[in-house]
Amino acid sequence: MAEKLDYLIRFSQSHETFRLPEIQALAVIEGVDLEVVSYSLESPFCIVRLTSEDAARKLIRRSILAMAIHELWGHGPDLSAVHAQVKFNTPHLWAQYLEVSFKFTIDSYQGSRSAQEKVDIINSFAYLGFAGPIKMRGADQEFILFEDWIFNSTPLGIPDPKHFYFGRYLGTGARDLPKKLDLKKRRYISTTSMDAELALVTANLALAAPGKIMYDPFCGTGSFPIACAQFGAVAFGSDIDGRSIRGDEKKKTLRGNFEQYGLVGCLGGVFTADLTNTPIRKAALRYDGDGVTGRVFDGIVCDPPYGVREGLRVLGVRDPEKCPWVITKGKEMYKQADFIPPRKPYGFLAMLDDILQFSAQTLVDNGRVSFWMPTANDEDQEMPVPAHPYLETLSVCTQVFNKWSRRLITYRRIPDAEVDPEAMKAYEANKAVGKTADELNPFRKAYFEGFQTPPTPATPPN
Amino acid sequence: MKVLTLNFLTCAVRACKSSSDSFPLHPKDAELASDDVEVNPQLLVNLLPRLDWKALRTTSAELGFPQLPEQPPTIEELQADEKTLKDLHSLLMETNLMEGKLVCGHCGHEYAVREGIPNFLLPSHLV
Repeated sequence: MAEKLDYLIRFSQSHETFRLPEIQALAVIEGVDLEVVSYSLESPFCIVRLTSEDAARKLIRRSILAMAIHELWGHGPDLSAVHAQVKFNTPHLWAQYLEVSFKFTIDSYQGSRSAQEKVDIINSFAYLGFAGPIKMRGADQEFILFEDWIFNSTPLGIPDPKHFYFGRYLGTGARDLPKKLDLKKRRYISTTSMDAELALVTANLALAAPGKIMYDPFCGTGSFPIACAQFGAVAFGSDIDGRSIRGDEKKKTLRGNFEQYGLVGCLGGVFTADLTNTPIRKAALRYDGDGVTGRVFDGIVCDPPYGVREGLRVLGVRDPEKCPWVITKGKEMYKQADFIPPRKPYGFLAMLDDILQFSAQTLVDNGRVSFWMPTANDEDQEMPVPAHPYLETLSVCTQVFNKWSRRLITYRRIPDAEVDPEAMKAYEANKAVGKTADELNPFRKAYFEGFQTPPTPATPPN
Repeated sequence: MKVLTLNFLTCAVRACKSSSDSFPLHPKDAELASDDVEVNPQLLVNLLPRLDWKALRTTSAELGFPQLPEQPPTIEELQADEKTLKDLHSLLMETNLMEGKLVCGHCGHEYAVREGIPNFLLPSHLV
């Protein structure tokens, strides 16, 4: 008889590359010891080994991409294998369910069964001997047989699923949260607001939780701060464009969104600022810090402007020698309330470097930064994942569009003592410069050129 | 903007970063508002080591709050003393700066605060 049972996570079959990093992040948040036994991007079923039923429920309760978790009683390529495992592994569990009300369902992924087939399959479990009342609603216990069918089984004439799992239901994820924060029902959004589901996943990956301090330096209308606040963290945000924070200064404002969801208590503060001239106090990078002093954030989440839909600009003048009057005028006028400081185009890669440097200076030890960056689907034009000696890359998740993708990259701030000073020196020696929007932003250039592969010299016909 | 935010903000002017006078920023003509927020002891315990206590004392005095003790409470003291916890919570989490200015003690630059949102954008000659 097996001492410890495995658990089955039923994922939704979407945002596949985000699912495992999310579960791993949740294990950190909830302090759950997680061992992944089997997982595949092609399947919504994942087997994990955990210490208890309680740990299983905790692991899943905040998950956006997992639907539910079950105590796994048996699995195999056919029903007889499932029965054999159930009979071998779980007889000691049966007694406690003999009298309780229960429900028995079949969940067929990419397949279906007729009503008669379902009844026959369910009856094949009669040996469990459950004699309690059957309740389709509000049953004390729910038992589910999962079937994993090959895609398009019916037209292909495949009679049986490729794999079966049988388990007892334990708990659900937080699949209702994306509905609560749905952009369609949010009072105030803009063209580039992150959709609720992925904003919540981002907050999970960055370990947003009660008692933590999170910051979004490109907050816009507040999608990420809202997602962080929904998980109980105190959220801060800033944006170079104060209009996106203020909205119409009545109901359609960033604060108004927090009010709509009853999260005002978790809104730390928002301000108009530019990351390259940030007012946030930063600690100088060192090799012997205590892990907290001088650093303020537990997590940083953001979707920086890619320079395509939203221009990528920072404070300053593009060419100070060409237009000295702009600077002179600024000197005279900047104290007036309606003064708008000039901005210049800035490099996307330089901005990513700035985000990482800022994160290294402001995150506490083991704090996380999760940000989005675009890339071309074509391997030749793919943009490298940026790196920083003070940050360890934990996961790279990809959402694929037609010709380009965007990636959610998550890093961990490593303690000072683990940083390699040589790596830091080498890092400081490499920095990019440029002037026009295209020079500064290889992604923007490729986007507007339609992601064509550079023409190769024609080879003469033989 | 919660008063807590003031403990994280310095003057954005690069030349001021090295001066200790640029932190904390000094509120001027401040209008305050208060939110009702549930006390979260865990949050305050996490915050304590990250707060610049000296700066917080200055801010608290400038906003007309009772003088904070010279030394920050230890985490154990904070957990044991409900009054300190409540007072700190009320100052950091419930009090909001709505209107006024934030002034740098080094360069004198004034950052306007409107509807609880300070503006830290700088003209070209200061970036």
